Amino acid sequence: MNIHPDDRGYYGAFGGAWIPELLQANVSELEGSYRSIIASKGFQEEFRHLLKDYVGRPTPLFFAGNLSEHYGTRIYLKREDLCHTGAHKLNNVVGQALLARRMGKEHIVAETGAGQHGVATATVCALLRLPCTVFMGKKDMERQQLNVLRMRMLGAEVQEVTSGSQTLKDATNEAIRYWINHPLNTYYLIGSTIGPHPYPDLVASLQSVISREITTQLQEKENKEVPDYVVACVGGGSNAAGAFFHFIGNGVTRLIGAEAAGKGVQSGETAATITLGSEGVLHGTRTLIMQDDDGQISEAHSVSAGLDYPGIGPLHAWLSQSGKADYMAVTDKEALQAALRLTRLEGIIPALESAHALAILEKIRPDKQQVLVICLSGRGDKDMDTYQKYADRL
Amino acid sequence: MNSLLKTVQRTSGKILSVYYTAGFPKLEDTISDMQAMADKGVDFVELGMPFSDPLADGPVIQQASTQALANGMGLKRLFEQLKQFNGTLPLPVLLMGYLNPVLQYGPEQFCRDARQAGVAGLILPDVPFSEYNSLLKELMQRYGLHFVFLVTPTTPESRIREIDAVSTAFIYAVGASSTTGTRTAIEERAVFLRRLYQMKLKTPLITGFGINDQSSLGQAWKYTSGAITGTAYIRLRMMHDDPHKALDKLFQQLGIQPEKTI
Ligand SMILES: Cc1ncc(COP(=O)(O)O)c(C=O)c1O
Repeated sequence: MNIHPDDRGYYGAFGGAWIPELLQANVSELEGSYRSIIASKGFQEEFRHLLKDYVGRPTPLFFAGNLSEHYGTRIYLKREDLCHTGAHKLNNVVGQALLARRMGKEHIVAETGAGQHGVATATVCALLRLPCTVFMGKKDMERQQLNVLRMRMLGAEVQEVTSGSQTLKDATNEAIRYWINHPLNTYYLIGSTIGPHPYPDLVASLQSVISREITTQLQEKENKEVPDYVVACVGGGSNAAGAFFHFIGNGVTRLIGAEAAGKGVQSGETAATITLGSEGVLHGTRTLIMQDDDGQISEAHSVSAGLDYPGIGPLHAWLSQSGKADYMAVTDKEALQAALRLTRLEGIIPALESAHALAILEKIRPDKQQVLVICLSGRGDKDMDTYQKYADRL
Repeated sequence: MNSLLKTVQRTSGKILSVYYTAGFPKLEDTISDMQAMADKGVDFVELGMPFSDPLADGPVIQQASTQALANGMGLKRLFEQLKQFNGTLPLPVLLMGYLNPVLQYGPEQFCRDARQAGVAGLILPDVPFSEYNSLLKELMQRYGLHFVFLVTPTTPESRIREIDAVSTAFIYAVGASSTTGTRTAIEERAVFLRRLYQMKLKTPLITGFGINDQSSLGQAWKYTSGAITGTAYIRLRMMHDDPHKALDKLFQQLGIQPEKTI
């Protein structure tokens, strides 16, 4: 199964590089070098080494016995929450930062929503001694304060974004504008499978380590290579792309993406892009987006800052349209309940984003013998405020 | 549209074009500003179609877009407003904006309505040269509209030549890699504009982004046929209720003698 886009960056009708001439040189430079650099032996050795000893890979595939008993099936958790800095985001950042260095770039710019990508970027930039600037929406800085503190302690310059909805969408705009204004020595380190080609492919390839590990780990534990289900949350779609990667189109595995319904798909306060969205162009890619009749981008709403994005990576738009994966919407409340359930049953506090994937267990009915893998994309430390407020209301 | 061609091909050069945002500062100002620009002898306008996520724009034009959207501006409203001119606009008009609203409107419907309104052409910076052919080229021809491409100091010569070959009105020279309203190093721009001049392109060049004073205007007029100024005008328009007044101030700032105006 070929899950790379075509030469022009398209997955079916989705993708491409819809960028102004001002960015063309930057993107062409990346496009022209990423495949050969990533395939090179030197890069692979460095990348594998850092994934193992710095990120802490392979992450465990944990058989969640109590959760399995509760749902009457066999549930495994892919523990991306145990990666250094607490989420899958670091896999991508390590890869792109090494790429940036090999391209001779001297400054890193990134956007962040929940702050997990920002923290991962600040972390690797400290390690590789690269100065970095992270754009973050004002609203997100307020609800993810801990991550703002972490980034600053790591030496990153955190820029508050006050335009638009003051969340991930606007932080992405500002990071791209910064890149336009500093074209020569700056590398834009995007945090998900979004943006112009080649970013979606680059990020999906770097995250594909998740499904590669699942394949070998399942072999050991279940004596099979492919699970019956893989479930992951989707913001821009990077942890889902990584968890699905080696299982796409295998004819066996049912792939399910959990998107954030916010207060409900029809509430007007939602981030359920695939359920509600229509085709359009946002941040340089042709994909499904939430927009009004006039083509203005809607503001997304979710209790989880990392899923608060009105678009979706073009890979997922294509997987959805071609029926190769299913996407379901999970409300704030369902996610909070699922987080609490996992915490009490397994002693693991998940990130709010990952809790959306866990909530899918309420919506499907697998058989007793079937094997499910849920991508636990991150841990919940950053979300304690929200959890506490929710617990107080119970 | 012929008048746009005549304007940009004027041998004396020294073209001045002004960018402003439709529906800013008030919804109905689309019309009053256009009228004022015609009164004051502006050669053509770039009429900005506001978008929620204007990637290539700096803070000033972003702010104008946000306010225009809050005023209720949108493509349907814009074409509605332009109807009062019965297809003959008071000066040549190019619509400038981002692709997504046009996609949502329907590219063909958009071109048809633009043509009917008397619009001369279109600038959509986020439609790259490589996608233009399949998405828009045929529509531009069918509806007699010009499509204007941007070139920057990082555009390879081969693409500049390709753009030159398909351009029908002018090429938009952006003096440096920057969003709108960013101060550009005058030397960097001079080097680029000189290089473009020496390429002897068939299509006239007009310089934009960062034109905000006498020296930047002088430079644009020296090496290319004209200049487009946007952020400088929007800034002044924020301070003056009367667009005529804002234009007087703009001319002052650019060091243009009042004789230039009608
Ligand atoms: C823990 C966690 N999971 C998931 C996401 C969503 O991103 P993506 O869809 O790219 O995996 C985020 C984003 O911040 C996150 O922090």
